[in-house]
Amino acid sequence: MHLRGYASVALLLALLLTILVAATVYVFGAHLYPAPPPISQDAVQVDHQYNLTLYVTGAAFVLAQLGLAWAVFRFRDRGQKASHIRGNVALEILWTSVTVIAFVGLGILGRNAWAGARLTPAAPDAIQIEVTTNQFVYTFRYAGPDGKFGRLDPALVSAPTGNPLGIDPNDPAGQDDILAAELTVPVNRPIELLIRSQDVVHNFFVRELRLQQDAVPGMVIPVHFSADRIGTYEIVCTQLCGLGHYKMHGLLHVDSQSDYEAFLKRQALDQ
Amino acid sequence: MSSDSRIAHAAEDMQAGFLRRYVFSTDHKIIGLQYFFLAIAAVTIGTVLSLLMRFHLVWPSAHLPFIAGGIMTPEQYLALMTMHGTIMVFFVLTTAPQSAFGNYFLPLQIGAPDMAFPRLNMLSFWLTLLAFLVMLSAFLVPGGAPISGWTAYPPLSGLGDITGPGEGMGQSLWVASVLIFCVASLLGSINFISTTIDMRAPGMTLTRMPLTVWAWLVTAILSLLAFAVLFAGGILLVLDRVAATSFFLPAGLVVSGEFQTHGGGSPLLWQHLFWFFGHPEVYIAILPGMGVVSHILANFSRKPVFGYRAMAFAICAIGFLGFLVWGHHMFVSGMNPYSSLTFSLLTVSIGVPSAVKTFNWLGTLCGGKLQFQSPMLFAVGFVSFFVTGGLSGIFLAQPAVDTELHATYYVVAHFHIVMGVAAIFGILAATYYWFPKMFGRRMSESLGKLHFWLTFVGVYCVFMPMHFVGIAGGIRRYADSTGATYLAALQPLHRFMTIAAFITAAAQLIFFYNFFRSIKSGERAVENPWDATTLEWTTASPPLAGNFAGRFPSVYRGPYEYSVPGAAQDFLPQHLPPEELASGGKERSHAS
Repeated sequence: MHLRGYASVALLLALLLTILVAATVYVFGAHLYPAPPPISQDAVQVDHQYNLTLYVTGAAFVLAQLGLAWAVFRFRDRGQKASHIRGNVALEILWTSVTVIAFVGLGILGRNAWAGARLTPAAPDAIQIEVTTNQFVYTFRYAGPDGKFGRLDPALVSAPTGNPLGIDPNDPAGQDDILAAELTVPVNRPIELLIRSQDVVHNFFVRELRLQQDAVPGMVIPVHFSADRIGTYEIVCTQLCGLGHYKMHGLLHVDSQSDYEAFLKRQALDQ
Repeated sequence: MSSDSRIAHAAEDMQAGFLRRYVFSTDHKIIGLQYFFLAIAAVTIGTVLSLLMRFHLVWPSAHLPFIAGGIMTPEQYLALMTMHGTIMVFFVLTTAPQSAFGNYFLPLQIGAPDMAFPRLNMLSFWLTLLAFLVMLSAFLVPGGAPISGWTAYPPLSGLGDITGPGEGMGQSLWVASVLIFCVASLLGSINFISTTIDMRAPGMTLTRMPLTVWAWLVTAILSLLAFAVLFAGGILLVLDRVAATSFFLPAGLVVSGEFQTHGGGSPLLWQHLFWFFGHPEVYIAILPGMGVVSHILANFSRKPVFGYRAMAFAICAIGFLGFLVWGHHMFVSGMNPYSSLTFSLLTVSIGVPSAVKTFNWLGTLCGGKLQFQSPMLFAVGFVSFFVTGGLSGIFLAQPAVDTELHATYYVVAHFHIVMGVAAIFGILAATYYWFPKMFGRRMSESLGKLHFWLTFVGVYCVFMPMHFVGIAGGIRRYADSTGATYLAALQPLHRFMTIAAFITAAAQLIFFYNFFRSIKSGERAVENPWDATTLEWTTASPPLAGNFAGRFPSVYRGPYEYSVPGAAQDFLPQHLPPEELASGGKERSHAS
C-alpha cells in the first residue's frame, strides 16, 4: 500500500521545510550579507524600519513554514479518517485581524522613515547641487559664489565643446557655475540634490544613504540628505538606461568643511 | 447557440479531418492543449535565455560559439533579459494557468459542452501564437531584440535605435507582439466571463463552483480591465515611435548628443499605464494557481476546503485590491511622495487576503488524511513559495524600505518566487493532477516525485541567495559585475545560484521525459483516478467532443464534499442525486 511511502515523503518534505527555515534564519541572524553601515539619520530610520519588518515577517515566515512542515508530517495518511471540517468563523476573524494589525501596522509605522527624507523640504540653508544624468555618466553642478544656477538650454548641449549641460553663456548666473564628474559634499551639512536627466530615465543610488531616486527627463526631482561620516561612497544607476547601464557609476566624497571648500576652489580654477 | 446545436457542431468536428480536429479546432479542450503546448515551447525558450544570462553573469568572458562575436556583449545580455521576462510573463505565466487549463477545465467543471464563443476562442489562440512568433522574430532583425526590459520604459523604448541597439526594429516588433497579445487576451477574457456566467449546469450556483472556477473568473475580469489599459499604452508608445507624437517624451531631450524635437509628454505616464496593467498581471499569473492549489489540497487531504467562502472572497478581494497598488512599483520614480504612502497602505492591505488564503490552506491540511502524490507535493510547494515570496513583498511595500531594495536582486528574488516559481508550481500541480483527464493516461509517480524534490530544493537554492545579493546591494539588469567595486564580493553567491539554476533546469528534463513518454505509453487512466468530486471527473478521459456524451450533469452539492460523516465513500461527487447516494453510490465512478 502507499502508506509507508507517504510517511517517508512527508518526513522528507517536513525536513526540507525545516532546513529552509533554519538556513534562512541563520543567514539573517549572522548578518552574512549586510548592507553597508548607514551614514545619515534618514538612513538609520530606514534601517530601523527594515529591522522591524524583518522581525515581523521573519516570525510569520518561521511560523508558516514550520506550521506547514508540522501539518504535512502530522496528518500524513496513516489509514486514519479525515475530519469533515468546513471552516471556523472565529478562527477566520482571528487571523484576519492579526494580519491586519501586523501588516497595516507596519505600513503605518513605515511612514516615519519616509517622512523625514521625502515629506519634509530640505533645510533652508541646504547646499543645492544639481545632478544631471545621461547615457552613461553623472554630471554635478554647483551654483558657485553667487549661489545661483545659470539657465539651461537643451539646444546648447555639446559635450565635445565643454558644455555638457547646455548652460546659456548669456546668463550671468551661469558664469561661475562649477561642474564636476564626482559629487563632493561637506560632512554634517544639509544637502539638496536636484536630479534631472537629459535622455532616458536613470537613477541615483547611494547605498550608505539609503537614498535612491530616478532621474526623469522633463522633471527636476529634489532629494535631500545630511551625511555624518567622512569617506568615499559609490553612486550607481539602478534604472535600466541602455547598454552601458551596468557601468554607469559615480563617486560621492563626504569631506570636512575645509576640504570641501578647497575642492570648490580647485574646481573653479579648472573651469 | 443551444446545447444541442453545440453538440451537433462538436460531433461535426469529430468527423472532420485532422486539420479541423487538431489544428483549427473550436473545441475548448483542443484549444486548451494548443495553449498548453505553446506555453511549453515558450517556457523552454525562456529558460534557455535565463541560463545564458546566469552563465554570463558568472563567466562573462567565456567564448560562446552560438553568439555573434563569440563573447556576449552588454546589449546581447539585455536583449536576453528583455525577451526572457516578456516571454515568461506573457506566453507562460498568462498563457498556461488561465488560457490552457482554464480553457480545458472551466467548461468541464461547470458542466458546459464548450466555451460560450468557440470560434472566438480559436481566434484568441491563433492571435496568441502570432504574437509569440512576432516576439521571437525580434531576435532576427538588425540590431537584435530590444534592451529596454519587459517594462519598456520610455524614452529608452520610445525614440528608436538612437537610444541603443535593439531599440529600432526589435522594439517595434516587441510592441506589435504585445498589442496582438492584448487583443487575444481581451477576446479570451470575454469568453471566460460569458461562459462562467451563462453556461453553468443546473444546480451549479456560484457557491458550488470549484475555487478553480472562481479563480479563472476573477482572472478573466482582471485580464479584461488590465490588458485594455496596456493596449492603450502600447498604441501611444507606437505613435511616439512612428508618428512623432510625444505622449511619453518630454521637451528638451538630448540623446547621444542629438537634440530631439519632442515635447509635452511624460515618461511617468507610461509607468502609470504599464503598472496599472503590470500589477494585476501578477495576479493574472498567480490566482489560477491559488485556485488549483485549493482544489488539490482538498482532494488529497480528503477534506473540504477550509473556509470555502472566505477563500472565494479572498480571490475577489485580491483581484480588486490588485488594481489599487500599481504605484508601489514607482516609489523611486519621482511620483508625488504622498501618493507613495497611499499605495503603501493599499499594498500591505493585499497581504491580508493573501494571508487568509495561506491560513485556510493550512486549515485544509490540518485534520486531513494527506496523500502525497505528485499533484499534492507541488501544491504544498506552492504554499511554501507563496509564503516566502509574499512576505518578502512586505519590505518592498514600504517606500522607505523600498528605497534601499528597489531595483536590486532582492526584487528579482521576490517576484520570481511569488509570481514565477509559485505560479509554475501551480501549473505543474495542475499538469500532474489533470494529466489523466487530458491524455487518458497516468504520469509516472516516481519520476513525478523525483522531479518535485529536485525542483523544490533547486529553486530555493537559486532564489533564496538572490535576496542576500540584493540586500548587499547587487543591482539587477547589470550585464556584469565590474560597474561598482563592491559587486565583486557577491560573485560567489552568483556562482552558487548559476550552478543551482543549471541543475534545476536539467531536472525539468525528467518532467519532459515523464510527460511525453506518458502521453504515448503511460498506464491507462480511469474516469476518476483521484476519487475527486467535481464534474470533470464524471466523463471520459479524455472527454469526447461535447464533454458529457449528451448527458448533461446536474449539480446537487458543493465541490469539496470529502469525508462526509455517514457517507458510504469518502467523497460525494457533485453530480450524484441524493437518492443515489442513499443507495450506497451505485455509480461509483472510479474503478479500483
